[in-house]
Amino acid sequence: MVSITNLHKTFNKNTVLSGVNLEIKGGGIFAILGPNGSGKTTLIKTILGMVIPNKGKITVLDKDIKHDSVYRHQIDYLPQIANFPNNLKVKELIKMIKDLRGDTKTDIELINRFKLEPFLDKKLGNLSGGTKQKVNIVLTFMFESPLIILDEPTTGLDPISLIQLKELIQTEKDKGKTILITSHIMSFVEEVSDEIVFLLDGQVYFKGTISKLKNKTNELDFERAIASILTENHA
Amino acid sequence: MLKILKYSFFDLMRSRWSYVYFAFYLLLGIILLFLNNDLSKAVITLMNVIIVLVPLIGTIFGVMYYYNSKEFTELLLAQPLKRASIFIGQYLGVALSLSMSLIFGLGIPFIFYGLLQSTAIWDFSLLLTSGTFLTFIFTALAFNIALSQDNKIKGFGYAILLWLFFAIIYDGFFLMTLILFEDYPLDKLSLVGTMLNPIDLSRTLILLKLDISALLGYTGAIFKKFFGTNFGLIISSLMMTIWVVFPVIRIIIKSRKKDF
Repeated sequence: MVSITNLHKTFNKNTVLSGVNLEIKGGGIFAILGPNGSGKTTLIKTILGMVIPNKGKITVLDKDIKHDSVYRHQIDYLPQIANFPNNLKVKELIKMIKDLRGDTKTDIELINRFKLEPFLDKKLGNLSGGTKQKVNIVLTFMFESPLIILDEPTTGLDPISLIQLKELIQTEKDKGKTILITSHIMSFVEEVSDEIVFLLDGQVYFKGTISKLKNKTNELDFERAIASILTENHA
Repeated sequence: MLKILKYSFFDLMRSRWSYVYFAFYLLLGIILLFLNNDLSKAVITLMNVIIVLVPLIGTIFGVMYYYNSKEFTELLLAQPLKRASIFIGQYLGVALSLSMSLIFGLGIPFIFYGLLQSTAIWDFSLLLTSGTFLTFIFTALAFNIALSQDNKIKGFGYAILLWLFFAIIYDGFFLMTLILFEDYPLDKLSLVGTMLNPIDLSRTLILLKLDISALLGYTGAIFKKFFGTNFGLIISSLMMTIWVVFPVIRIIIKSRKKDF
């Protein structure tokens, strides 16, 4: 599905990724974890072609993504901060993204799921952060792409919407899709993800299931397992 | 690209500032035309306002739009779209909506004034053409600044400096050079000097057409002597086009290499 070989990225002398090798096979939920500034978002953005790597090769569905934009038809991306043109109405934004990517019917079901009907005629500038995030989720999940990338999807969501989101992620997984998630909420990660990819100092430190990580660190609790990696390496 | 252009354009057309800008020109046009009985004087006053104000609004609006729509641009970048079409689409959206405010704001009072029957229609169209050119040039320069500078405050600073440079500082330096080297033949230098500043260029262009020798000034007079009125018009329009094309090319190149 996604294959990354020897990926390097430096922002003004600040090395973020130094030789990432990662192979993600189709199907399942993969959580990308790591301390602040470990390059999670940068890694995601290189897959999307938003950040251009200094070195390395990325293939998505066996196609090299360099100088290409068509492959992004195969990816649904949920950005970290949702900020849309303030003068547009929710309805118009959904229509616009459909116009750019192709028509779909799934949006109606998603709007129902997140109870967004009352907001459809409101301007995006007048929405609260959580509601914007729900709109963001609708925009991401309304297409049937084989790869879904979610950057901090839980930001600003109330408990009901969070449950809805988890259900949604589960149904997408059951369809055989591949889902990449970054999050700092460990309970969320533990609940939804099949495998985790732990980034540290610009490289993949650990890749495998949560139970494998617990064994490796001799911790029973997932959150403590993560913390123990960090204290071992930064003590 | 056309889709992005369409959405940027409608987004801006709905913003309050487009209307403020439009209303300003409407008011200016009405006051100058109906409270003043000399049409050519009105055109000159309009010219003086346009060549200073249009670049200022173009740069400020350009950087403001870019920085304000940054997160949205990121959303677009994740869609199957080419980078160049996103940025050129946005640029054209801003430049077109600003030009529309200018053209309709000044055009409506002129039509009511009975311009269509008057001989001043060519002077007036030239005025609007150079205003549109200036909008496209300075919006493109603003997008260049914003693409190269991630820091919003610095970006705004550079944009204001750019405007200040072309509108005021440049003329000061130019004049000082002419005074310092007055013993030498300066025809070529002053010609080149005018060509390198789009604001000076459009001023010369309009004054050439209006044929007011008293206002042409030194460079204008040389321009006229050197090229004649018609050839001068062609040369300066060509230069204005170059002034649009180069910054636009740089937007494309810059956007291709940038990280978001």
